[in-house]
Amino acid sequence: MNGYADGFWGAWVLIFTFDPALYEIILLSLQVTVSAVIVASLIGLPMGAWLAVNRFKFRRYVIAVLNALMGLPPVVVGLFVYMALSRAGPLGGFGLLFSPSAMIIAQVIIVTPLIASISHQTIRDLWAEYHDLLISMNATRGQRIMALLWDGKRSLLTATLAGFGRAIGEVGAIMIVGGNIEHATRVLTTAIALETGKGNFSFAMGLGLVLIMIAVIINLAIHIAGKTERASTW
Amino acid sequence: MVSILPLTLENATAHMRGKKLVGPVSLTLAPTGFTMVIGPNGAGKTTLLRLMHGLQRCSGGTVAWALPATEARTRQAFVFQSPIMMRRKVRDSLAYPLRLRGMGKAAALEKASHCAASFGLAGLLDSWAPMLSGGEKQKLSLARALIIEPEILFLDEPCASLDGRATREIETILQQAQAGGTRLVMSTHDMGQARRLAQDIIFMLHGAVHEQSDVEPFFTSPQTTEATAFINGDIVE
Repeated sequence: MNGYADGFWGAWVLIFTFDPALYEIILLSLQVTVSAVIVASLIGLPMGAWLAVNRFKFRRYVIAVLNALMGLPPVVVGLFVYMALSRAGPLGGFGLLFSPSAMIIAQVIIVTPLIASISHQTIRDLWAEYHDLLISMNATRGQRIMALLWDGKRSLLTATLAGFGRAIGEVGAIMIVGGNIEHATRVLTTAIALETGKGNFSFAMGLGLVLIMIAVIINLAIHIAGKTERASTW
Repeated sequence: MVSILPLTLENATAHMRGKKLVGPVSLTLAPTGFTMVIGPNGAGKTTLLRLMHGLQRCSGGTVAWALPATEARTRQAFVFQSPIMMRRKVRDSLAYPLRLRGMGKAAALEKASHCAASFGLAGLLDSWAPMLSGGEKQKLSLARALIIEPEILFLDEPCASLDGRATREIETILQQAQAGGTRLVMSTHDMGQARRLAQDIIFMLHGAVHEQSDVEPFFTSPQTTEATAFINGDIVE
């Protein structure tokens, strides 16, 4: 129990003394995760809406594959991105390996299917409700997708937050493509793994507490700012 | 401007999953008037309206407007039995059809405000549309349909779940719309409403037009025993 108590105490000291190493890691984590979630949302939300309003051959299979990709193993994604970005790989010329950009790419690949799949389910329900109205109003395909994304925005926040939750806690892929380099690609999760391995539990616990606090604060802030309860009819 | 009417149906038929819903139906809707579609449940009233409006695919025969269908689609509107409320404020819901037609945001919102005032919805402009009462929702549906000044408006039992007062308000709006030049086609189970509003009647039975005539002769001297029974409130099978 003493280990936990020491760890917690050390964690609070690091947080409230504004330890520069800790805050550097926090900042990079937020930078990578928020960037990845923004890019994944820009791809995943319209993709989910498009799948909801369009009928085409093999649609069911595409949705099934998308759902399956939600459980994509991060280390496998990390491996593929590593191979693509390494010097001999097809994107090796960009020199992105072991950079925050590589970490963002890996997280986008992991998070996009999750956001697309959840948004597809949300938009599909809304489309069932709006279908006759939007067809009757002669809305174009693009206008329908825009209306569904706009009117479903509060529910779609859940999809984005799920993506954020997965990205901020991800360790396997970004460890492989980022390399966990100090002052360059070290983020909260990779730092926790490293510090735990070194037996530096107070620093690891400080990072862990911050990780949990970030997840809670961002979720709360988005729910409050997005007025997610406003559309309730009870 | 050239009218999209008359609307002509020739042997129009609608199927769903192999089952015939309506047809073959042949009729013509003149450029003016108020047509009431009546008949028992399952007779095909809703499907006929959806077929005319283009919400239901025609599996046989033709549904032809005086102008190409793409042009006709932009000059008609539909009011559903259960109001479909967009998850927006009343003001934005009213402005939406105008925005779809390319009207600027400021102009659309201003027109929405004027429209709300004329429909008795001015006090609800900033209300959340899904939170309105049943009567208010149906009034909003009607206002949203009429704000684009459609040449023809289809209404599927718009007063089905409304009380007498709300029904009267809707009927007044419909009479004003007709006076303003909008062609109206509406389904109802309310024979009193059909007598009050309609100029001609389409009596549907088993997915086909069983009888069609002006309102007065239909109610005073129906041509078929089924129509007579229906007017008298008997069960028609």
